[in-house]
Amino acid sequence: MSKVSMVLNGKAVSADVEDRTLLVSFIREVRELTGTHVGCDTSQCGACVVHVDGRAVKSCTMLAAQADGAEVLTIEGLARDGALHPIQAAFREHHGLQCGFCTPGMILSALDMINRHGPGNLDEKTIRHELEGNICRCTGYHNIVKAIKAASDQMAGMAQAAE
Amino acid sequence: MAVEGIGARALRKEDKRFLTGKGRYTDDIVAPGMGFAAFVRSPHAHARIKGIDASAALAKPGVDAVLTGDQLVGDGIGNIICGWMIHSKDGTPMKMGGWRALEPELVRHVGQAVAVVIADTLGQARDAADAVVVDYEELPSVTDAVAALGPDAPQIHPEAEGNLIFDWEIGDEAAVNAAFENAAHVTRMNIQNNRVVPNPMEPRAALADYNTAEEHFTLYTTSQNPHVARLVLSAFYNIAPEHKLRVVAPDVGGGFGAKIYVYPEEMVCLWASKRVGRPVKWVCDRTEAFLTDAHGRDHQSEAELALDSDNKIIGLRVKTVANLGAYMSLFSSAVPTYLYATLLSGQYNIPAVHANVKAVYTNTTPVDAYRGAGRPEATYLLERIMETAAREVGLSPADFRRRNFVRSFPHQTPVIMCYDAGDYDATLDAALNAADYDGFPARKAEAASRGKLRGIGISCYIEACGIAPSAAVGSLGAGVGLWESAEVRVNPVGTIEILTGSHSHGQGHETTFSQLVCERFGLDSDSVAIVHGDTDKVQFGMGTYGSRSGAVGMSAIVKALDKVEAKAKKIAAHLMEASEGDIQIEGGELKVAGTDKKLSFTEVALAAYTAHNLPEGMEPGLKEGAFYDPTNFTFPAGTYICEVEIDPETGKTEIVNFVAADDFGKVINPMIVEGQVHGGLVQGIGQALLESVTYGENGQLLTATYMDYAMPRADDVPSFNLSTHETLCPGNPLGIKGCGEAGAIGSPPAVINAITDAIGNNDLTMPAKPEKVWALYHSSMKEAAE
Repeated sequence: MSKVSMVLNGKAVSADVEDRTLLVSFIREVRELTGTHVGCDTSQCGACVVHVDGRAVKSCTMLAAQADGAEVLTIEGLARDGALHPIQAAFREHHGLQCGFCTPGMILSALDMINRHGPGNLDEKTIRHELEGNICRCTGYHNIVKAIKAASDQMAGMAQAAE
Repeated sequence: MAVEGIGARALRKEDKRFLTGKGRYTDDIVAPGMGFAAFVRSPHAHARIKGIDASAALAKPGVDAVLTGDQLVGDGIGNIICGWMIHSKDGTPMKMGGWRALEPELVRHVGQAVAVVIADTLGQARDAADAVVVDYEELPSVTDAVAALGPDAPQIHPEAEGNLIFDWEIGDEAAVNAAFENAAHVTRMNIQNNRVVPNPMEPRAALADYNTAEEHFTLYTTSQNPHVARLVLSAFYNIAPEHKLRVVAPDVGGGFGAKIYVYPEEMVCLWASKRVGRPVKWVCDRTEAFLTDAHGRDHQSEAELALDSDNKIIGLRVKTVANLGAYMSLFSSAVPTYLYATLLSGQYNIPAVHANVKAVYTNTTPVDAYRGAGRPEATYLLERIMETAAREVGLSPADFRRRNFVRSFPHQTPVIMCYDAGDYDATLDAALNAADYDGFPARKAEAASRGKLRGIGISCYIEACGIAPSAAVGSLGAGVGLWESAEVRVNPVGTIEILTGSHSHGQGHETTFSQLVCERFGLDSDSVAIVHGDTDKVQFGMGTYGSRSGAVGMSAIVKALDKVEAKAKKIAAHLMEASEGDIQIEGGELKVAGTDKKLSFTEVALAAYTAHNLPEGMEPGLKEGAFYDPTNFTFPAGTYICEVEIDPETGKTEIVNFVAADDFGKVINPMIVEGQVHGGLVQGIGQALLESVTYGENGQLLTATYMDYAMPRADDVPSFNLSTHETLCPGNPLGIKGCGEAGAIGSPPAVINAITDAIGNNDLTMPAKPEKVWALYHSSMKEAAE
């Protein structure tokens, strides 16, 4: 057992867990935040994507202990004061989700993608390439790509307005 | 908020919970004191179990029990069944072998469960499962269906001699033989439909909770049809009588057919919960899903198409061998028969069709309905041979199809189905225009100038949804009726709950079903809630599969709404001292026509519940139920056109344009319908380009992870160009045909027709991997050069 502490969605948390505890298990089972999902055993599907210190990470492939001292963001921490984040809003507006199972990972991958490229700098080809690590079986990706593009452009507009 | 009725692109009511991590899937549910199940699975495709030694596993920390098939059989748990009886052409019933949820004697596919460990944590359960020692005597195995029919094949079930489950036929063989004797041209092909895995992103899961005091079970599970699950668990598997068993299918992360069936694991969790006296949870990992979720397709067919001198089709002859895997899953017998061969007439006027289907046991995972279920196999066969025949006789594939279209309705095909309505020219025209079909030669030339091969392929599909008229399917062997039920519950404050037997696992029922109510009463959708997926809440239902929730599920809601509307009008007429016929419902109010007298919907609902002043003899309350049994199947149809560009250096295919023109009848929410088509198209394109189950020597499944099984990723597929044309279905009150499966049904032949057009070689099988395409193209080039 080891003690693991982190800042999870802005809140300091800690727990004693088995050494083999994965970050996704810490999030889902210890902290009972069930928005992060597990869809495969081999780090392919991306349903478990969270942010660790601002970078997208597959939480099924990282030990909780490796996130000791880190800032972790899950889907539950994205909406602020009841208002959807622009990426969440764009997924709704463009019907970028059906069963919802891959959605949290898709959204957190999209956020990472927009952060890395800069808001407004994504085209369809780049988005499709960047989504290599996230599998969706429902939507055929068409509306996910539209949603990410729209969110990226909208976030660029917001950034400009703030300047 | 504006009222969003039929035809509105209403944004989804269910989205907010999924977008914020507040969805509630089976694995998210926790029961106090629960233990975890881990299954011990066969590493062999075919082997006799000589003994199971659980002593080391039982000594591990946290372990409650190791349970085996002998105990399961000893407790009277029933065999898993196939619910659709098919008779061979000689009149004998299908030969179904026994399937136990935990096998005590003879395993028949890799991954079959032989024991289960229940422990305090999942880690402990898995550690202990690894410590269970099973002594196997390995036997020869066979995974290919044609090979399984061969004289040297190992016998898999004693009941099915030579591994033949049934040898079924449909159509008039003599008429087809006569047509071929008179044919001016015959096109012949061998056509394979590759085995694929449905792969909903949420793996199957179960949380079973037995209450010893009440002798009552609750099962939370990933089901597309919780009432059917309860019925089967109760009536056939002897888990508990129905009133002692509640099945809840909460948010379910995709189904595509794979979550129709009750599998061994869910049954075992229920049984184990009672055995060990604590709730038991099991969550499938992805490799277990590949090994145990029902697979789809896996047909090997010979097809022959006979044409007269005007290039009109005069006959179709089909011989298919269908691989059903090691056991007969719930609807497995219906998929390659009544859901397949009845669609072989396609959109065409074919006077004579005969199909023979042999269903075969092999040492592979069971095969059952996967998105489309039989109709993709029929469409692939027919649209491949249509395109090929057009090339052989030198007609444009579009013109050849148009020459043979059905144009008069109702149209009785030679294979049971009676098409009620359609306009196949309209969807073909729409697709040809959207694809700029006439401009293709110029694009091909331009691609050639860049050293690329360009091809275009058409698929005109028809399918049967609205499953299904109960008496009709009963006469064909179905064990259940396929109606749907609904209840409309108006609360005293005028808000409305719709209880439905349909189940949403991505289809957006909470939104579309609400739109029916908004349309009817002029209420906003916040006043409406959809309740589904819980046998304690909804009286009964047959669930969601076969694109039936619109045509059948919504029809039941419409029937119940009719009753609520009639009663509300009676109450309003009484309260306003008007004639019932003068009451109109508009904008959430009941008005007396031609006057300014009106009552709000809320006032009428309240009056129904206070019951202070109701018409003489009327019962209080405003709540009505209905059962809707369809009168016919519905027939969605359309045309898909795929254009590809292939790099001759690598054989890699890029889909540069994909057009879909569909006729789904009345569209309730275009946004949701488009989403269904997008998803279906990518599943079909996945089958055509990427996905395929591969078994190696000794029956080992080589494609059991996402590293080995190529799921379509975003950069494997294009964005799509969609349109719909509405020919109303005359068979149901809304005119709906269904849209859930069309994309997966119609797209594979369009893709393969396009690639074979590009490479000038028709011998391509799915999936069209680059190495295969490259080799075929270069062999064609070599032949041409010689």
